[in-house]
Amino acid sequence: MATKQTYKSSLSIPSQTERLNDVREFVSGLARTHGFIEDDINKITIAVDEACTNIIKHGYNYSPDKKIDVEIIRRENDFEIVISDKGKQFDPSAIQTPDMKDYLEHYRRGGLGVYLMKRIMDKVEFNLYSDRNVLRMTKTLH
Amino acid sequence: MSDFKVTIRSRDNNIQVLELKGYLDAHTIPALEDSFQKMLNEKKYRLIVNCKELSYISSAGLGVFMAFIEDVRANDGDIKMSDMSPKVFNIFDLLGFPMLYDIVKLEEEAANKFELKK
Repeated sequence: MATKQTYKSSLSIPSQTERLNDVREFVSGLARTHGFIEDDINKITIAVDEACTNIIKHGYNYSPDKKIDVEIIRRENDFEIVISDKGKQFDPSAIQTPDMKDYLEHYRRGGLGVYLMKRIMDKVEFNLYSDRNVLRMTKTLH
Repeated sequence: MSDFKVTIRSRDNNIQVLELKGYLDAHTIPALEDSFQKMLNEKKYRLIVNCKELSYISSAGLGVFMAFIEDVRANDGDIKMSDMSPKVFNIFDLLGFPMLYDIVKLEEEAANKFELKK
């Protein structure tokens, strides 16, 4: 039986919001090549933007000289994004799913990134290690 | 680097239109915050955000609308949005924003939703 091919690509960026565009271009280009439709490409791109924004803002507290590693693993039927950072540990259990009706009625702000990531990706998983945080998100190719 | 620009123009009936162009993310939101703040400083509360040339928005961008809507409405105004591409609308929609904001197809419709100023 033939082994299914897996392709990996990676990009490292400094923890600066002005580099978000580089990450988006990197991810959207690979998603397009992988055969996703535009709507899915947009969703994958936003999820990665939200993840990196959270790391810059909360993980590194806007310190501009830290590093974010983004790795894309392309398999036959899915597209996995692995984002690693060495910032403040992120406790996934602390994330509450916002009640959007209440959220909007009370004009709240912020905290929507993780909610959005979970809404638009098929799988979102946070792993904490002693020296780094690793977020894995997967989108299946239909 | 992402490009983003806000252009402000006036319409009849004391309405201001903010035309957004480019990519609205955590890096570019200060330009939109400054524009909304300018409107508040000038006591202009009837605002239409025309998104015709807005290519991209992340939740950081949506947060800016949340930050200003309360003040605008407290002054009998509103922030209405128009001319969104399906791609941009999809993000607003995923987070339930159509429940809170008037999002219409064309700027003209948004303008008509403001009552005539006596």
